[in-house]
Amino acid sequence: MRFGVVVFPGSNCDADTYHAVAEVTGERVDYVFHNEHDLGRYDVLILPGGFSYGDYLRAGAIAAHSAVMDGVREHAARGRLVLGICNGFQILVEAGLLPGAMRRNASLQFRCEFVHIRLENDRTPFTRLGRAGQILRLPIAHMEGNYYIDPAGLRELEHNHQIVFRYCDEHGYVTPQANPNGSLENIAGIVNREGNVLGMMPHPERASEAILGSEDGRLIFRSILETLEVA
Amino acid sequence: MAPEPDEAQPKTPAWLALGLTHSEYNRIVELLGREPNQTELGIFSVLWSEHCGYKHSRPHLGLLPTEGDRVIQGPGENAGLLDIGDGWAVALRIETHNHPSAIEPYQGAATGVGGIIRDILAMGARPVALMDALYLGPVEDQKSRYLAGGIVAGIAGYGNCVGVPTVGGETKFSPAYVRNPLVNVMCVGLVRRDRVVRARAEGPGNAVMLVGSPTGRDGIHGAGLLASKVFVATSAGDDGDSGGHGNGAARSPESLRPAVQVADPFMEKLVIEACLEALETGHVVAMQDLGAAGLSSSTSEVASRAGTGIEIDLSLVPRREENMTPFELMLSETQERMLLIVETGHEEAVRSVFRRWEVPATVIGRVTSDGHLRVRNGDDVVADIPVAALTHDVPVYTVEQREPAEQAYLRAFDPHELADVDAETAGTVLLDLLRSPNLASKRTIWRQYDHMVQINTVVGPGADAALLRVKGTSLGVAITTDGNGRYCYLDPYDGVRHLVAEAARNLVCTGAEPIGITDSLNFGDPDRPEVAWQFRLTVEGMAEACRELGIPVTGGNVSFYNETNGESIYPTPVVGMVGVMENVLARTTPGFKEPGELVILLGPCRGELGGSEYLEAVHGKVAGRLPPIDLKLEKRVQDCALTAIRSGIVNSAHDCAEGGLAVALAECCLLGSPGARGVRVEFQTAGLSLPAGTTRPADATAPAESWRLDELLFGEAPSRIILTIYEQDLEAFARLARTHRVPWKVIGKVQDRDFQLILDGQVILDVPTGDMERAWQSGLASVFGTAEPEAGL
Repeated sequence: MRFGVVVFPGSNCDADTYHAVAEVTGERVDYVFHNEHDLGRYDVLILPGGFSYGDYLRAGAIAAHSAVMDGVREHAARGRLVLGICNGFQILVEAGLLPGAMRRNASLQFRCEFVHIRLENDRTPFTRLGRAGQILRLPIAHMEGNYYIDPAGLRELEHNHQIVFRYCDEHGYVTPQANPNGSLENIAGIVNREGNVLGMMPHPERASEAILGSEDGRLIFRSILETLEVA
Repeated sequence: MAPEPDEAQPKTPAWLALGLTHSEYNRIVELLGREPNQTELGIFSVLWSEHCGYKHSRPHLGLLPTEGDRVIQGPGENAGLLDIGDGWAVALRIETHNHPSAIEPYQGAATGVGGIIRDILAMGARPVALMDALYLGPVEDQKSRYLAGGIVAGIAGYGNCVGVPTVGGETKFSPAYVRNPLVNVMCVGLVRRDRVVRARAEGPGNAVMLVGSPTGRDGIHGAGLLASKVFVATSAGDDGDSGGHGNGAARSPESLRPAVQVADPFMEKLVIEACLEALETGHVVAMQDLGAAGLSSSTSEVASRAGTGIEIDLSLVPRREENMTPFELMLSETQERMLLIVETGHEEAVRSVFRRWEVPATVIGRVTSDGHLRVRNGDDVVADIPVAALTHDVPVYTVEQREPAEQAYLRAFDPHELADVDAETAGTVLLDLLRSPNLASKRTIWRQYDHMVQINTVVGPGADAALLRVKGTSLGVAITTDGNGRYCYLDPYDGVRHLVAEAARNLVCTGAEPIGITDSLNFGDPDRPEVAWQFRLTVEGMAEACRELGIPVTGGNVSFYNETNGESIYPTPVVGMVGVMENVLARTTPGFKEPGELVILLGPCRGELGGSEYLEAVHGKVAGRLPPIDLKLEKRVQDCALTAIRSGIVNSAHDCAEGGLAVALAECCLLGSPGARGVRVEFQTAGLSLPAGTTRPADATAPAESWRLDELLFGEAPSRIILTIYEQDLEAFARLARTHRVPWKVIGKVQDRDFQLILDGQVILDVPTGDMERAWQSGLASVFGTAEPEAGL
């Protein structure tokens, strides 16, 4: 089993993601540089957080056009798993691998803090070890996490159970007060229609060791492992 | 601002416009044996500036103790280095970006972050944490709010993008900083002991490689102009005073904006990765940050440290603007650049690493053995200066010192002439204090900072100190920055002793042993006798405190000319301190953990009002005598707390500092775990007499009946720590306290919620935790809670 963590110029959670995946899964992890495109040897590709290309122009916009994204597209088209975290989610949206768009946080400020999210869909390859309604405590750290999609797109997301996580309070209630960035319907993470590409704003790699304050992020990496082992 | 040759302005000699004096010019002529040309004059002007040359501070700084078992590198390099064990070293350094931030807060603060990160990088260390210590004008002042918002946004914009977590710091407000905010940024790095590099241009023939951003006209002469009298004169003009007198250099603050650099954190991130990877090739001899004074200082400093010379060719320097003159190229402060000394013959191996990261890397010259900085522009030699003249022959000034006239008046103030609080008012006063800008929660600031990236943050912002783990080891590294300008204004000597003690206490409260300091000394115009007096006493006091507590200084920063309208800021030394703990899992944090825990006050019970936060926030007074500080007692208290924490019997620990006992206890509640966010404290007046062994002067020991309630609740005193333990560990704790000969007292018990304080059976405080939470969280919400203008990201 082989994980690839994509390194764009300006990625800054690449090493953290590498560390967490290796630590939680015990599997082989490689860094994949942004100019590589032959990615056939990987079972899972992770687009980590950070400020790819400085997020100049628009978060994720330039990275979406880098060479490695051809390989990521091909990988996804073959039904293999792609996980985009934070900036990775923004890149997947910019690349058209996930629907919708990211706006600047409603506060117009960067937000870094622990939040609660509710698991809405426990049948994805990324969440199969969880259960719907489960509350996870993970950190966010972003300036553009204010997810938007038009009403037709939202209906489709809901109909296909593509909304995987919503921001909620500590008791699991999805409220405006629990929404850290103004995201539509408190959306914190979605999958593509096929279910093999997940984008999420919270950082599971920052919450995979007790000493960092939460181990809830392990659920994502362990679910991926389980999915691959079953397959 | 691009100074032109002096022919254009015959009335003002070129050296004056560059901030040099007549006698300094004469000295330059003497050292060179000829008249300098314009480029050479420019190079001298920046290296002999206060910022680079430490002209007023050098004679005093030698007092600071700089040696210790753990010191691998003391002052003199880009950063200090401390041994933390297991083959690891910590790099630490603090710097100010006060003047740039006063002119252009976002870019000024952002480039401050970038510069200090490169100082750490230059040691071969990976930058792993930032701390920012901000001293800002009052929140009621609109300009101060604008500056505050821009500064915080700049730190966030840079730190978040570059991927170095901002794990803490402090923010204080005072009218003393109204037009001159202080932006002190500290960076900490980690490096394997055997991988340390130093910024020494060893090996004549080795290549001088310039990496990073192409050079532009940004920030030309920033170090020379911004940290100088020119800046003071300019800022004074800000309020409509006639600013056009003096040496003709006074301008509107906006006119100095081109002297502020523009930040590109994305490039910095690439520079960090590429430099660390380049070190792996084994062919990089030395690294040096290009910060203040750009190429001029970086080339002469690396040569100076190695006793070599350097020859560079400016025509090879990649640039982002056309027609740049040698003067501009040598003085440009374009950010995100590093100078590397690379083994001759291996240039390509190093260059290929930078190519992979798409970072420009160009060989611009060679190390020589003749001790000269020789600058060519193609075939022309445009500057040729003995390196020692730039770095060793910097003039040093000692200025007459005089105690400020108001000092005696400030000391004479007796807080006892003010009305005391009582059971009716104490609760309201506590809430007012929790709401006051200096004591309110800083969450609205630090949640704008990525404080978790690199996944080492075990304790983040909001505690006494931040704590990082070192992956692959059991080690923890604790970091704090502290400043107490008001104390130092009232009494520079004792103020800084309080400061060093408090910083160490903050580290101890996380369970870490303090091991080293990087200091940042923020002062007014050093030519004023009052400022010279403050500066000398500050350094002397710091030296004494460091010696008593056994904590060496590994280097730092001096920032003078912090004044507006002829008024100095408070003398504001800032201490960045690092501690180490062998088992990071044994950490403690300030919040109460479980109901029923015993609350212990370690150290003397009673505080004093002189210079206190309470006096300023509630009574509008900045005056009085500081509480006495006994560094020997302080050391015993810290040792006792550390031993107790290491023995595993301490559940929580919090420094009892600004706002006194009541505020510290409130903070323990507010930071408490669910179900442990309250406390019930009981005192008997009789029990409040000072325990034997405290060193309060006998004549000041007032009889119990004359005690004031506000002294008990809000008075401040050093050497105090609030601990919680389980009842079953009381005996063990008592033994430890006896061994260390420190006063202590069980003062109450943790409960689910609400803060009650009972004195002689009478309820003095009964404040719901919810009320405290609202006050504490709302204090700064209106300042930092709303959207601030963004730039660049």
